[in-house]
Amino acid sequence: MVAARETLETRARILRAVRGWFERQDFVEVDTPARVRSPGQEVHLDAFPAGADRWLITSPEYHMKRLVAAGLPRIVQVAKCWRANESGPHHRGEFTMVEWYRANEPLETLADDCEALLRVAAIAARRDALAAPFARTTVRELWARHAGIDLRGDEDAADLRAKAAAAGVALGSAEAWDDIFYQVFLDRIEPQLAAAGPTFVFDWPAPLAALARPKPDDPRFVERFELYAGGLELANAFGELTDPVEQRRRFEEEARIRAARGRDAYPVDEALLAALPRMPPTAGIALGFDRLVMLVLGVRDIAEVVSFGDEV
Amino acid sequence: MYDTSDIRKGLKIMIDGAPYTIVEFQFVKPGKGAAFTRTKMKNLLTGAVLERNLRSGDKLEPADVETKTMQYLYADADSFIFMDTSTYDQVGIQKDTVGESADYMPENINVEVLFFNGRAVAVSLPNFIEQAIVSTDPGFRGDTATGATKPAKISTGASINVPLFINVGDVIKIDTRTGQYLERLSRA
Repeated sequence: MVAARETLETRARILRAVRGWFERQDFVEVDTPARVRSPGQEVHLDAFPAGADRWLITSPEYHMKRLVAAGLPRIVQVAKCWRANESGPHHRGEFTMVEWYRANEPLETLADDCEALLRVAAIAARRDALAAPFARTTVRELWARHAGIDLRGDEDAADLRAKAAAAGVALGSAEAWDDIFYQVFLDRIEPQLAAAGPTFVFDWPAPLAALARPKPDDPRFVERFELYAGGLELANAFGELTDPVEQRRRFEEEARIRAARGRDAYPVDEALLAALPRMPPTAGIALGFDRLVMLVLGVRDIAEVVSFGDEV
Repeated sequence: MYDTSDIRKGLKIMIDGAPYTIVEFQFVKPGKGAAFTRTKMKNLLTGAVLERNLRSGDKLEPADVETKTMQYLYADADSFIFMDTSTYDQVGIQKDTVGESADYMPENINVEVLFFNGRAVAVSLPNFIEQAIVSTDPGFRGDTATGATKPAKISTGASINVPLFINVGDVIKIDTRTGQYLERLSRA
């Protein structure tokens, strides 16, 4: 199925407007490898194999961070990414990500960027822009408000499971910290976010740190936000971790979990670890471009906003 | 056992000891978490709808349920007696189990009987039945207020609200889900 011509024309206008906005902010548009030795080490992402010892990227983040470390303070990329075993109204195995980095700027600036970009995209599509500023809250606040759970960020998995069970959440066989977290999230938090206006959710608990650095004043939580709008998870941002020792520990832990769960093992990205000591404090973010088009057009299925949605 | 990749509409699984059928499902993958299937399912015993987020890897126990077309024959003291239309086997189902459906279950009607672990646990009627009126007061000439109705009895003993022009012996169509009169099919 080919998407509607009007949709593809609007998508092209939005992309042009997004690129124009980054250019006006003095960003350098970059193009990093799509076929790599070390795709994302994240526990729940699976890369597509692409020949001997090579994989298609699930995100361009590792190479982009190396460019920041190499002295490019503001970079943006519009990157095709691939993730195996993901298909649904908000997911495609092949999709388009807008990823950008700001060296020596705080995480909050990226939230401001998102508000500006959503406005630029709406104007390009000749639609009404969402009223800014968007709501800004924290994971802890949402858990208290919608699940009645005091999330401390340093409880162990058994403790978290007990809290979730006491709140009446069906947990299935979830034993891992993140699995329990997302059972509660899907049951209690996400439906509320879907019904609310656009919302930045800041301060994620340390077990969900990914590539984010701990908050200086409270290391139980990390510098990370997600932007939710119109029932879509639109963007994920980090105050980037630049400590190579901690980053190696996380990579090795993730590799261990991947192996234990029988998922493909990916080599640790040594080139990234070697570059981290030269990386300035940086904030980085990935925004799903297909979902941005969905949001602006009010479309509910991602297949409608990509040219051959049923073939990818 | 099933897992989340087996989920499809109509799949019958056990949740907390009760049989459910999947009504809707959607792939979701929040944040940097695992894949889940957001699932809406219906309790086959009570009709209650339940939403569950089933994590990829969760095991699902199949529900031992089967539906058979059966003909309602007659009632005894505490049961309704049905006959399997293919094997002619007869089975009794407690009146409590059939519940208010009995109001719209005339003799000889074909119904769907749900068996759970080999036991008949629920009866579902066709959405519409055709029934003759066995008793009702005559309509009064001149009483033409729009929507005015009167009670009328059908063979099961149930009372239906019908328009004033309906007479004994008229055959009417009834929605068994609401008990509402829909139209007159033939006149006495």
